[in-house]
Amino acid sequence: MTVEFTVNDKPVRVNVPEGTRLLWVLRERLHLTGTKYGCGVAQCGACMVHVDGAAAFSCQVPIEALRGKAVTTIEGLSADGRHPLQRAWLAERVPQCGYCQSGQIMNAAALLARNPRPTRDEIVEHMSANICRCGTYQRIVRAIERASREG
Amino acid sequence: MDTTRREFMVGAAGLTFGLLVPGCVPVATRGATATLATGPGDAPAFSPWVSIAPGGTVYIQSPAVEMGQGSLTSLPLIIAEELDADWSKVRVVPAPPDDKLYGNPGFGGTMLTAGSNAVRSYFQPLRVFGAQVRRVLLDNAARRWSVPTSELTTEPGVVVHAKSGRRLTYGEIAAFAEIPAKAPEIKPEDLKKPEAFRLIGKDVLRVDLPGKIDGTARYSIDVEVPGMLYGAILRAPVEDSAPVDVDDAAARAIPGVTRVVRLPFGVGVIADTPWAAFAAKDALRVTWDRKATGWGFDSDEAIARYATAARDLGTPGKPWAAAGDVRAAFDQAKTVLEAEYRCDYAYHAQMEPLNSTAAVSPNGEACEIWVGSQSQTIAVAAAAKTLEIPADKVRLHDTLLGGSFGRRGHRDEEFVVDSVLLSKEVRRPVKVMWTREDDVRNGRFRPMSAHFLRAGLDKSGRITAWHHRLACDWVLPYVDPVRYRGLRENDVIAVAGTEVASYGIPNRLAEQLGQQTGMRTSPLRGIGFVANKFATEAFLDEIAERRRMDPTALRLELLENLPRGEAVVHAVLEMSDYRRLRPGRGVGFAFVDYANTMVAGVAEVSVDRASGVIRVHQFWCAIDPGIAVQPDNIVAQTEGSIVYGLGLALTERISIKDGVVQQSNFYDYRVPRLRDVPEMHVKLMRTANPPTGVGQMATPLVAPAIAAAVHAATGVRLRHTPFLPERVLVAMRA
Repeated sequence: MTVEFTVNDKPVRVNVPEGTRLLWVLRERLHLTGTKYGCGVAQCGACMVHVDGAAAFSCQVPIEALRGKAVTTIEGLSADGRHPLQRAWLAERVPQCGYCQSGQIMNAAALLARNPRPTRDEIVEHMSANICRCGTYQRIVRAIERASREG
Repeated sequence: MDTTRREFMVGAAGLTFGLLVPGCVPVATRGATATLATGPGDAPAFSPWVSIAPGGTVYIQSPAVEMGQGSLTSLPLIIAEELDADWSKVRVVPAPPDDKLYGNPGFGGTMLTAGSNAVRSYFQPLRVFGAQVRRVLLDNAARRWSVPTSELTTEPGVVVHAKSGRRLTYGEIAAFAEIPAKAPEIKPEDLKKPEAFRLIGKDVLRVDLPGKIDGTARYSIDVEVPGMLYGAILRAPVEDSAPVDVDDAAARAIPGVTRVVRLPFGVGVIADTPWAAFAAKDALRVTWDRKATGWGFDSDEAIARYATAARDLGTPGKPWAAAGDVRAAFDQAKTVLEAEYRCDYAYHAQMEPLNSTAAVSPNGEACEIWVGSQSQTIAVAAAAKTLEIPADKVRLHDTLLGGSFGRRGHRDEEFVVDSVLLSKEVRRPVKVMWTREDDVRNGRFRPMSAHFLRAGLDKSGRITAWHHRLACDWVLPYVDPVRYRGLRENDVIAVAGTEVASYGIPNRLAEQLGQQTGMRTSPLRGIGFVANKFATEAFLDEIAERRRMDPTALRLELLENLPRGEAVVHAVLEMSDYRRLRPGRGVGFAFVDYANTMVAGVAEVSVDRASGVIRVHQFWCAIDPGIAVQPDNIVAQTEGSIVYGLGLALTERISIKDGVVQQSNFYDYRVPRLRDVPEMHVKLMRTANPPTGVGQMATPLVAPAIAAAVHAATGVRLRHTPFLPERVLVAMRA
């Protein structure tokens, strides 16, 4: 089936079988490999993107659900990698292997977009959707607090 | 590739100083710090490690792969220190697969990033290589100015003649430099004094980090090659099993599926798209031969057998660490104490599932591979062996690794073989991806273990005899028969940590009772230390209780001849305010000497008596890794090690029925999430000792510290990791 939507503000038109998940369309058709496959079952958050501004597990979103929607991936979060969260992620030296971090940053960005001053508990609860096997969690919290503070 | 090289030995750990293979063009740079490049371009090579472009860019090869631990930055930083390079002009280049030039002295000269020993093993040789290049630059400047080399000094990236005020940048020298046929000799006193370090110990931004916040970091799963197809493989659930009946009708009917391939260990499918490949794999109906040892294996039943074997003193095990006369010491002991501990199988759960891409040439005589492997040369060898071609016909494109924790360094590198076999079939590039379910069900695990410990105490209560009998699956003979033989057939991955040399107990013996189960095993973050130190430290707590002494006082008594050990113990007790009473909570302590990195930890926990759930609120850790090359990264690695240890201690468990792994994904193999993680407080205690590992040293502290804290809170001893709520409830009701 053919579906039209936007990715990082650019219109795209893809022709894939019904039910194909956004994750694989992004990665293998649109060459946007910053969004990662980790589990395929909405358990790890490595695949997180924004659909119409809200965080979504792209491994779960079927292509037909995207008609007319706006998708944002890590590549489109900022023009120059200078989103407050991206700057904070570097300032706090968050990434280790880095594989989960696109999803972490996208989920954190969705949080700050609707709650610019989250409490620590709100951060912990929201970000518990994402797994980081390297164990960078404490720095993730610090980076979100920093981005929230510094804007 | 230009293969002309001048190589000559300089005697440092078998590494050589010679000319280098030119590579490609550096990627765009970002800011005033070192960045990654794919190759040195045509910059003049001063050694296999360093090329300097006339514009001043310094290309430094990194022999380590990057899987999150930071040594892709730390190793070039060591060269840059002695070279006195301007770090902002450094471009880090992943070294090509060449054991002779770049092999890890800690692994007998194989390029292998593992065991937290990159900085540890390369530190001294890389300092010499950096100093050699600096000397070549000085000598060239001296000739140009007709002054003695002894009158010259360097500032970052510049040779200076103070007397005349003349200066030449490294780039300017590179434009005319003559590279000597023989590398200059560097004596130990020619190396910088640690107090003169400008880079080591100062924290630079890791070169891989900028790409990890904007999606540009490239892992092997991100590889795209023109004309590429997608592969998926249904593997036999039990090792060494082959397909018997294959019903692939449904798989072939899926649009986009181009081939179904019967393999010795499974059935592969090749398709135009990843979704077709995954669907086809799921649609296969395969029966397996049941000849292999592993069929019928049940982990719940087996662990009881392991425990029986561990307790059966009449059957000697394979000795590992022995000192003194254990038998006589037990005979003379006033008191003999015994205890048993158990640990379940555990899974790596690196975030990037295993994958690789291969392009076998039309005639089958050459191959390119794209893969994140802990060993560049083992990956190449695995592909070459599969195709029966020479290793120099395999071209490796290495990438970042989305975690590893020991999973990507086995000698057979089965995830490399996958794509090579499927590409060979179609003579087109094929990317083979494992699903998470493949990665769990075909995991290679931290072995299951039962530990029987005995301690002999004299009349004053001091421990005079120590005996640790470890029954567990064999690990290294399965993982890497080459290394196993090289280590005189010692299964170091399994037994590491049973030795308690740092505790100064005069008579001690550790034995391994290897279990032939047919289960797939692997090194996993913390290797044998995790299970063995749980047993050791938990046993010491019980001994302290029998002696009515504080468990930390017992450790300090045992560490009286190891000041570095005592220092981390004192530090963590102070940090955690260990003696403060905390209503409703308990604190527990553990100490580990992990290959000369000293770590001590304290956990603060509470236990929900209704559910049996343990909550870890705080974790304090003091770590002395000697010289700290990248201090903040050491703290980060230690935090990560604690989180990893938390999962192994509390929730992570692989179980096996009829030889088959029972877990599938993160919903039934539960790793720590943010809400599970304690506040972590890490104190880095730098000392002047040679740098030792930092990537996994705190992991073994966690289970024993939690067990001790649970005992403090509830009076209950936990003896079986993970400490699942049902196990905690059973222990509390006993």
